[in-house]
Amino acid sequence: MFIIKHKKIFIGFSATLVVLSIFALFLFGLKVGIDFKGGALTEITYATARPTQTDLAKPLADLNFGDISLQPTGNLGYIVKSRDLSDAEHTLLLSALSLGGNSTLTELSFNSIGPSVGAELTRQAILAVILISLAIICFIAFAFRKVSKPISSWKYGIIAIVTLLHDVAIPVGLFVLFSHFYGAEMDTLFVVAVLTILGLSVSDTIVIFDRIRENLRNQANVNKINFSETVGKSLEQSYVRSICTSLTVILVLLALFFFGPVTTKYFALMLTAGMFFGTYSSIFLASPLLVWVEEWQKKK
Amino acid sequence: MWRKIVLALIILVLGAGVAFFVVKSEPKLNKNFAKAGSFLKEHPFRLGLDLSGGTHLIYKADVSAVPSGQVGDSMDALRDVIERRINLFGVSEPVVQVQNGGFISGAGEELVVDLPGVTDVKQAIAMIGQTPLLVFETEAPAAPQKITVGPDGKVNLNVNPQSQYAPTQLTGRYLQRATLTFDTNNAPTVSLQFDAAGTQLFDQITKDNVGKTVAIYLDGAPISAPVVREEIPNGQAVISGTFTPMEARTLVGRLNSGALPVPITLLSTQTIGAILGDNAVAAGVKAAIIGFLLVVLFLILLYRLPGLVAVVSLCIFISIILALFKLIPVTLTAAGIAGFIISIGIAVDANVLIFERMKEELRSGHTIADAVKLGFSRAWFSIRDSNISNFITAIVLFYFGSSLIQGFALTLGMGVIVSMFSAIIITRIFLSALSFIGEGKVARFLFSSGLSK
Repeated sequence: MFIIKHKKIFIGFSATLVVLSIFALFLFGLKVGIDFKGGALTEITYATARPTQTDLAKPLADLNFGDISLQPTGNLGYIVKSRDLSDAEHTLLLSALSLGGNSTLTELSFNSIGPSVGAELTRQAILAVILISLAIICFIAFAFRKVSKPISSWKYGIIAIVTLLHDVAIPVGLFVLFSHFYGAEMDTLFVVAVLTILGLSVSDTIVIFDRIRENLRNQANVNKINFSETVGKSLEQSYVRSICTSLTVILVLLALFFFGPVTTKYFALMLTAGMFFGTYSSIFLASPLLVWVEEWQKKK
Repeated sequence: MWRKIVLALIILVLGAGVAFFVVKSEPKLNKNFAKAGSFLKEHPFRLGLDLSGGTHLIYKADVSAVPSGQVGDSMDALRDVIERRINLFGVSEPVVQVQNGGFISGAGEELVVDLPGVTDVKQAIAMIGQTPLLVFETEAPAAPQKITVGPDGKVNLNVNPQSQYAPTQLTGRYLQRATLTFDTNNAPTVSLQFDAAGTQLFDQITKDNVGKTVAIYLDGAPISAPVVREEIPNGQAVISGTFTPMEARTLVGRLNSGALPVPITLLSTQTIGAILGDNAVAAGVKAAIIGFLLVVLFLILLYRLPGLVAVVSLCIFISIILALFKLIPVTLTAAGIAGFIISIGIAVDANVLIFERMKEELRSGHTIADAVKLGFSRAWFSIRDSNISNFITAIVLFYFGSSLIQGFALTLGMGVIVSMFSAIIITRIFLSALSFIGEGKVARFLFSSGLSK
């Protein structure tokens, strides 16, 4: 099957994308949102006219709250970022922004997060990633425990995880680009997106592995299996359904991205990228890797 | 065969009933809502703070002074006190939750307070922050304080009174009631009654300190330091001092509405204005509808008649999920709506797998009836495995801890479970009921795919 025949090209292509993503991550870095590093985010909108940033510079500097950044949004609004504020400081900030009451404003939202909450979240995030990965390896090894020839079942699990990491790395790389060019910030939803990609894209890989398992089981003589041919045949039989199942999720995610609430826009975009690469990797990466591992095993 | 058709019709009617319930219990969709029965009225969709507008506060509780076995009890007492305080101000449906320190969440004991509709953070914090911290302290054998004489002959009288006392176990936790009383000179006094455990503690403290002073500290400042004349076994204490009647009344009020069992500090605040919330709801609903329509289009184009059947069972799936959101109830956040939308996409995956399998069996020459049976039985393993992995993801996300993420995990997990039911059982019943179409050319056309391979 032509994917298996040219497996080195496809594996190479995937590897290149992953390397590029990691490179982008180190080069540009991720903008960390207040969920993780703590701080305050205030969104305000003025009733009639929005003061310019120079107008506000002195009143804000007088507050002595450290760095305060003003990001214009729409025609009448600002997103104000600062260190975390106590209640009294929050009131002072609002009065400075309204130029002592001269420009009436309404506060749309206010978030102040202490730094300890952020550190806690980082810890939770890392733990959750590790947990999900372990759970998936165990689950796949268990589900495929009866197919230990010619590749042992835990190797299926490991290849699934390698595929997953590829599925996560590339959307993260994309997010780094968004972060750099459009100012997207890493927040709790970003972590949720990563974890969801881990979970959802593995179910796609399972569809194909499942086919391989069935075809292997149906072979009469276990020792005469031509593994690469079996994998190729399985791919041919199942690539359509793999694409279709992912397409349904991508369709709803696109609806969420284009029409959904603002807070979930980047979330939907990352998940779309994750699902897309998840399907790509199930077909063009996981199966070629399986064959590659088997061939390497035979050579030993 | 008639049995199958009757079964299919029953399911349709039940599904319609559920959908009817969902629509009629939502004030925005039911024009006669005011006249609806009470069961319908009591189940609106619960919206989280980011959709309804409101304030979300996280407090850290300092449990360092609490013996380890009693931390759980103290946190529960704290929760009750704060909830009582908030209820006094008439906030509708506040949520006060203890978030325990644990392996995954890592932090210490925290209290999470959600106040829907309260957008003035100052007001919210004032409501909560006023609960006083009451501690009884006994004389501690501290080193005697030296009174020094300065070089110019002035006597330094800055003795720190606080260092003369050490805190005891007896705190506001054990206070049952405070009342305003007047003593024989008509001066206002505050009379305290402790609960059973507090009475025992107080008994012990007074027994051990007869002839010495016991200081009563409120929010870190001593308000009274009476001399203990005798052991007090009935758990009653009187605070007399230079109060005006107004001050005494305020103190009684504050003590009664809750003396905090442990001190708390505010860690983080989040306020969402109602405008942003409404926009988010509208956008979420729009995205859900458009996503649903796209999936319907996809199913019918690709799978024709079975696709139509899948659409019907998808509608039943959505009705069941929405009804569950109302009945459990599940608080919907923006992330929760995203989870629901994603589960619509996942729900049809099982159908896709079954139909693709059916096509394969049809191609290899089976009859339609056999293809349906084989499609379901052989696709089951893939469906089971991929849904288990989705479910594992939902479970780990749920234990991640923060309520925002839990909302997403909950809607996703529920979607996975209900979708297994709707995709497999309901679709199967409908497809078998349709077997009366027979095996002719039209039937085969209706069952094959709209696009080749």
